[in-house]
Amino acid sequence: MLKLLKYFSLAQWIGLIVMLGLIFLQTQITMAIPGQLGTIINAVTDGQRDVIWKSGGIMFALAISEVFVIIIINYLSSHIGSGFAKTLRHKTFEKVQQFSMDEISGFSTASLITRCTNDIQNVQMTITMSLRMLVTAPLMAISAILKILQSDKQLSLITMIALFVLVALIITCVTIVVPKFKHIQKYTDDINMLARENLTGLRVIRAFNTEDEEEEKFDNTNKSLTHTQKVVENVMNLLFPTMNFLNKTLSLVIVWVGSYLIARNTIDIGTVTTFSQYSVHILMSFLTLSMVFVMIPRALVSANRINEVLQTQVKIRSGTGKTPAVADGSITFSDVSFAYPHGDENVLENINLDIKPGETWAFIGSTGSGKSTLINLIPRFFDVSTGKILVDGMDVRDYNLKELRNKIGYISQKTLLFSGSIRENLLDGNPDATEEDMWEALRIAQAKDFVETLDEGLDYNLSQGSTNVSGGQKQRLSIARALIKKPEILIFDDSFSALDFKTDQELRSTLSTLLDSTTTIIVGQRIGTIMNSDRIVVLDDGKIVGMGTHKELLKNCPVYQQIAYSQISKEELDNA
Amino acid sequence: MPRGRVNQVSKARDFKKSFRDLLKYLKAYKWAVLLAVCLIVVGTVLFMLATRLVGDITNELQTASDDERAINFALVTKNALIALSFLITNYVFNYSSFVIMTIVSQNITYRLRKEISEKINRLPLSFYDHESFGDILSRITNDVDITANNLSSVVNQTFQSITMIISAVVLMFTINVPMTFVTFCCIPLSLLIVLLVVRFSQKYFRIQQNALGTVNGKIEEIFTNHTIVKAYNLEPRTMSDFDTSNNELYNAAWKSQFYSGIMNPLFGLVGNLAYITCALMGAFYAIDKVLLIGDVQVFITSVRNFNQPLSNISSISASVQNLMAANERIMDFLGASEEDPEDDKTATIENVKGSVEFDHVVFGYDPNVPIIHDFSAKVTPGQKVAIVGPTGAGKTTLISLLMRFYDIQSGDIRVDGVSIYDMKRSTVRDLFGMVLQDTWLFRGTIRENLTYGKEISDKELEHICKEAKIDHMIKSLPGGYNMELTEDSSISQGQKQLLTIARAMVQNSPMLILDEATSNVDTRTEELIQEAMDRLTVGRTSFVIAHRLSTIKNADLILVLRDGNIVEQGTHAGLLSAGGFYSDLYRSQFENK
Repeated sequence: MLKLLKYFSLAQWIGLIVMLGLIFLQTQITMAIPGQLGTIINAVTDGQRDVIWKSGGIMFALAISEVFVIIIINYLSSHIGSGFAKTLRHKTFEKVQQFSMDEISGFSTASLITRCTNDIQNVQMTITMSLRMLVTAPLMAISAILKILQSDKQLSLITMIALFVLVALIITCVTIVVPKFKHIQKYTDDINMLARENLTGLRVIRAFNTEDEEEEKFDNTNKSLTHTQKVVENVMNLLFPTMNFLNKTLSLVIVWVGSYLIARNTIDIGTVTTFSQYSVHILMSFLTLSMVFVMIPRALVSANRINEVLQTQVKIRSGTGKTPAVADGSITFSDVSFAYPHGDENVLENINLDIKPGETWAFIGSTGSGKSTLINLIPRFFDVSTGKILVDGMDVRDYNLKELRNKIGYISQKTLLFSGSIRENLLDGNPDATEEDMWEALRIAQAKDFVETLDEGLDYNLSQGSTNVSGGQKQRLSIARALIKKPEILIFDDSFSALDFKTDQELRSTLSTLLDSTTTIIVGQRIGTIMNSDRIVVLDDGKIVGMGTHKELLKNCPVYQQIAYSQISKEELDNA
Repeated sequence: MPRGRVNQVSKARDFKKSFRDLLKYLKAYKWAVLLAVCLIVVGTVLFMLATRLVGDITNELQTASDDERAINFALVTKNALIALSFLITNYVFNYSSFVIMTIVSQNITYRLRKEISEKINRLPLSFYDHESFGDILSRITNDVDITANNLSSVVNQTFQSITMIISAVVLMFTINVPMTFVTFCCIPLSLLIVLLVVRFSQKYFRIQQNALGTVNGKIEEIFTNHTIVKAYNLEPRTMSDFDTSNNELYNAAWKSQFYSGIMNPLFGLVGNLAYITCALMGAFYAIDKVLLIGDVQVFITSVRNFNQPLSNISSISASVQNLMAANERIMDFLGASEEDPEDDKTATIENVKGSVEFDHVVFGYDPNVPIIHDFSAKVTPGQKVAIVGPTGAGKTTLISLLMRFYDIQSGDIRVDGVSIYDMKRSTVRDLFGMVLQDTWLFRGTIRENLTYGKEISDKELEHICKEAKIDHMIKSLPGGYNMELTEDSSISQGQKQLLTIARAMVQNSPMLILDEATSNVDTRTEELIQEAMDRLTVGRTSFVIAHRLSTIKNADLILVLRDGNIVEQGTHAGLLSAGGFYSDLYRSQFENK
């Protein structure tokens, strides 16, 4: 939490200091009221009406000014809490934007989302609510303790005993309960996980007739959760009744003992009344404080999670920003090996490739052969472990990242579009694109027909996750987005999988006639998709086991043959 | 613990119905709840009586000093001891009622969760066509939690507040009538504050929730699309997009917090004003000897006890609203109509041969819009049926009908001459082993996943896995058969697919359904699987949804689907020569050669 403090702005610090001053003022006002009440009671016994009027007036003034001060404090704390959350959200978001795939996979996307949403929300809640209590409660307690110590030692001693009982109880409760919170969190997560599992596996569960097993698993966790909840709540239930009991009993004992003191004339009725009010304040302050201490650890967990993100060093940064002499789209891999930062084994080993401008290269291989990893190295989503990759004859690590990526049109395996209109999504590819460019890109991507059938045309709004278009349509739109960029290099990461054979084939033939000068990289599973490429690279276990044209590979690459024969019958391959 | 101040209030559509539903659950605990309520009422009354007794002690102190006589310590001690015993009783009663209500509400939430989890498995699959999983999950967690958190506190607070207000009013009336009426003046004042502040704070709260939703949505989308943001240099666009929403959130958030934060101080002010007025009036009455100081003390304490529950009303009513809305969402789910009961169905098949007959089947997900109009086909025992068609043509529909995930509107489906509608669903499903498109595995060991719902020895399991050529793969994983599968365990999609195939093999059902089973496995592995599959499918009727032509070609019967309809059926050669949709589909892949 403390590490996050540096994100407070100067204005927020000033606001914070002003707020602290006001809180101090507030406690003094609150503390002054019981004193006036005591004065009134004593004035009653002495029959001084003017004193009563005066004290009454002061009490009214105090009550009203107290509310004003509280409202100002509230105004400040709302601003500071929300403002701080805004800053944190901005900083975290900005940081994540800089992350490379490496950092992203280190945290996982889901976790980054929670950190940027729920965790920041938690910190904000704690700042607006607990911060004030955290300051008010001790100030209140100290002022009240000072007040009672001034008046009577014996009564003070009684109050201290009550306070001791309360603190002991709070500590006992917290030590019992806090470890259990973790269990509750775990059981709740399990409940959630089991229910989610049951829902996503509906068909399998029914097909296997295992409904009872699933319900039993759920029931076991449900029982544990319920049991732990009961224990925790019933321990926490002790706090408020005990607090009430102590408060009331303390007032009773003070009056009772006070009556003996009054008989000895060491004290008057007014003081006794005032005293019991102060002691109530002391007990209340400690209770509030204990609540803050229950809340803060949770916020601390959140604060740490945010801090982890903010402290992360981004590994992939822009290079010196040199510009290559030519820009024709050549790509060279020289002795490239790659291992994921936390993995032991090389995913790619000794890859050497020389891709000439305008060529179409395809990569094929089994799952885990490293073909997607290989192409992810070109736009520097990851950096090579050894060796180097040259684009237009220059090491990719020397480029300004923005410039490197401007050269590349990348179509991801999982189709990702943004919510918003088709037009906005296409403009992401090229902000200067004209209406004509858009239709042309859509035509090549075989998406023109379906966009034309939409009433809104280019202004058709895609939902989040683009659930309102089909998988194939999504894929074609993302291809159009890459095409409109008119890049030197096009990278298709298994981007034809959601298309039926016919569309796949039409798209590829249109592409090949249009993109003479564009270097094209295709990762594919279907032989049909890649068989016409200039070069096909066969990967197995991170190594190149074959390189050549379709026909060459059919003759001399056993891995390629195996893949091909499983998809197409031998006669057809021979005839092709 | 109190849960926030004026918080998110969602309203139930039909408050009364939701309340009645909740009562049904409370009914099982009616004696416990009644006991808790009695304890609260009696405890609160004793608490107020203790206040009265403390006042009597002060009265004695004052009269003694006024009359200049010695204090009657016997009376003081007696009052103090009685008051103390009242306070102790109140303490015990109070805590007991908390404990009772906590146990009751926890038992109810346990039952709700259990019922939801059972309901999930009893609803027809068609229910899930229009319901998002997130929604159902939020019922099982959030809504049940809201019920748990609010139920006991609502009961406790409501009865405590009512008793407190009534006893305070009674005490105040017995002491002084004019002062009591002054106290009553703060009721309209408090109500006015509630109306004004709540209106503002709820308005901004709603705006804040919307803004928060937008910001969280943006974060989710942009983080998920990280690759694209990087590849297309979209950082400046996404950053400014985000900042705009972030600013909107800030503006709404501070206002919402500010307005909800001034509610309590304003209430406090009204209470304090009444308190001070009564203190002043009491003081003058005391000087005039109309009232004793102790009485005034009891009175102004009662003013506090009267005001405090009043200021709680808004938070209690918010709790009640939330409780009812949450309960309604739970009840909506629990009340959804289940699959038809089938206790009367007894048909079974001994020694399954595996002939399947579709007889004039008509089906539509929406009964008014049939997508399978009149489908008939006969599959003889041991045949391999391939279901082909473009994406979205409804290939899984046929499978769903066979498995009775959905019921047909008319016609019949028969296995070995027995209608699947004369059998229990579980009997039908036992006939088929299946591998689905999504590789669903649960958290647990690989062994548990493979022997899912089946008793089988480790040796047999290994034997089957060897046959499936997956034994080696499993043994190379950390922990082998005992490897714990979790959401983030590092096994690939292809490996998952292999596991689900092995799972289907373990089932050893008389017939097989493979739903695009091999689409996620790379082509080499696929071939290995194919061999094992072929061994497995020998003598078994099997239905395969496939993209791979080699699979399709070997099929005994091909069903060609388009837009949900079965447009053609026959063998590969027959369909090719017919020159219809299938031959189009087939040729399109190699057209350019």
